[in-house]
Amino acid sequence: MIDFHLDTRSGVAPYLQLVHQVRDALRLGLLTPGDQLPTVKSVAGRLAINPNTVLKAYRELEHGGLVAARPGVGTFVTGRLTHASPAAHEGLRRELLVWLGEARASGLDDESIEALFRECHWSTQAEGAA
Amino acid sequence: MRCALETQGLAKLYGHRLALADCTLTIPTGHVAALVGPNGAGKTTLLHLAVGLLAPTRGAIRVLGESPARGARQLAQLGFVAQETPLYEDMSVADHLRFGGSLNPSWDRELAERRVDQIGLDRAQRAGALSGGQRAQLALTLAIAKRPQLLILDEPVARLDPLARREFLQQLMEAVAEQGLSVILSSHLVSDLERVCDYLVILVSSRVQLAGEIDSLLDSHRQLTGPRPGPWGLPEGQEVIEATHTDRQSTLLVRTDGPILDPNWGVDRIGLEDLVLAYMRRAGRSAAHSPMASTVDP
Repeated sequence: MIDFHLDTRSGVAPYLQLVHQVRDALRLGLLTPGDQLPTVKSVAGRLAINPNTVLKAYRELEHGGLVAARPGVGTFVTGRLTHASPAAHEGLRRELLVWLGEARASGLDDESIEALFRECHWSTQAEGAA
Repeated sequence: MRCALETQGLAKLYGHRLALADCTLTIPTGHVAALVGPNGAGKTTLLHLAVGLLAPTRGAIRVLGESPARGARQLAQLGFVAQETPLYEDMSVADHLRFGGSLNPSWDRELAERRVDQIGLDRAQRAGALSGGQRAQLALTLAIAKRPQLLILDEPVARLDPLARREFLQQLMEAVAEQGLSVILSSHLVSDLERVCDYLVILVSSRVQLAGEIDSLLDSHRQLTGPRPGPWGLPEGQEVIEATHTDRQSTLLVRTDGPILDPNWGVDRIGLEDLVLAYMRRAGRSAAHSPMASTVDP
């Protein structure tokens, strides 16, 4: 089961942080259809956050077709966000790790690596849109 | 809409001292509402009026749609934890639970016992020997086990260390989720509020400075930074809550209903703590000048 955390200094609304964490878990294959999300009560109690915040996050995910609430039972994952197979994921991850090793060996620091990644990512997105 | 708390021109005099003057506010049910403001704003007086410990000098107050402390039924709907978390020092934890059970017809014994286990209190321990965090937890348990519809907490975590504070709020949020309680809590510690509260009332000198659901309040305020207003001046159509200037740069907090498209300004969201502080400063400034003082000094 997914374990939520909250960063109150990030400036991102708490409910959106929960939404992002579920979406990330779906992307990475940590959550798959049929999995149950923690109950509102347990998330509220563990993180000391308002239950309405958790409800709002779950409603947003439901709206996006990623989860469904079964009254009296809980909230379950119904959608996927990853189309690639886990095997493809693993291959890409290995290649990325190799690339990161080379980048560090060439003397790039973390900020430069992130900037380079963002720049390449944007330029490929721009090509896709053109 | 049913209101947890509703006041109209509410005032309380202690002799000649005005503890609360002409206070008008509305807090709907279904929220965990934060009542924030500087010391002396009238928060405790307001909460004591709400639970019927005080009677108003002037004005009207309704709690869950009725006058405060009107009979046993009204009292049974309210849970209250006072600032000093008063307990009977010589009575044990178990005595407190028994006492709570005998005083409250709607007492949920199973809930009280479960919570005491969860918190890890020793039932034989005297209340006087409990730590601050344990006292607060026991007082909260007693208030929740009577199964109220509205829980009123006066500065519940102000004197707790960070760990005890978190544990207290965890217990509180779990109870809110489980029982669908409405909560009104006063605090001058803003840092915890963003997690636990979804409704905010800022009270300064008895006056409501800002009230509403926290998400929409945060959505409708923006911090603008830009070069000190040049020929283009301040952005149009925004209410400026606070403006600070250095010789080159201006920082504004504005209240706005739409997006700010003026390219001269960098636009950022603002956190709850900064929002509260800005409104408290604004109230302080207008009190210092005159009642009609302008809030903008461009």
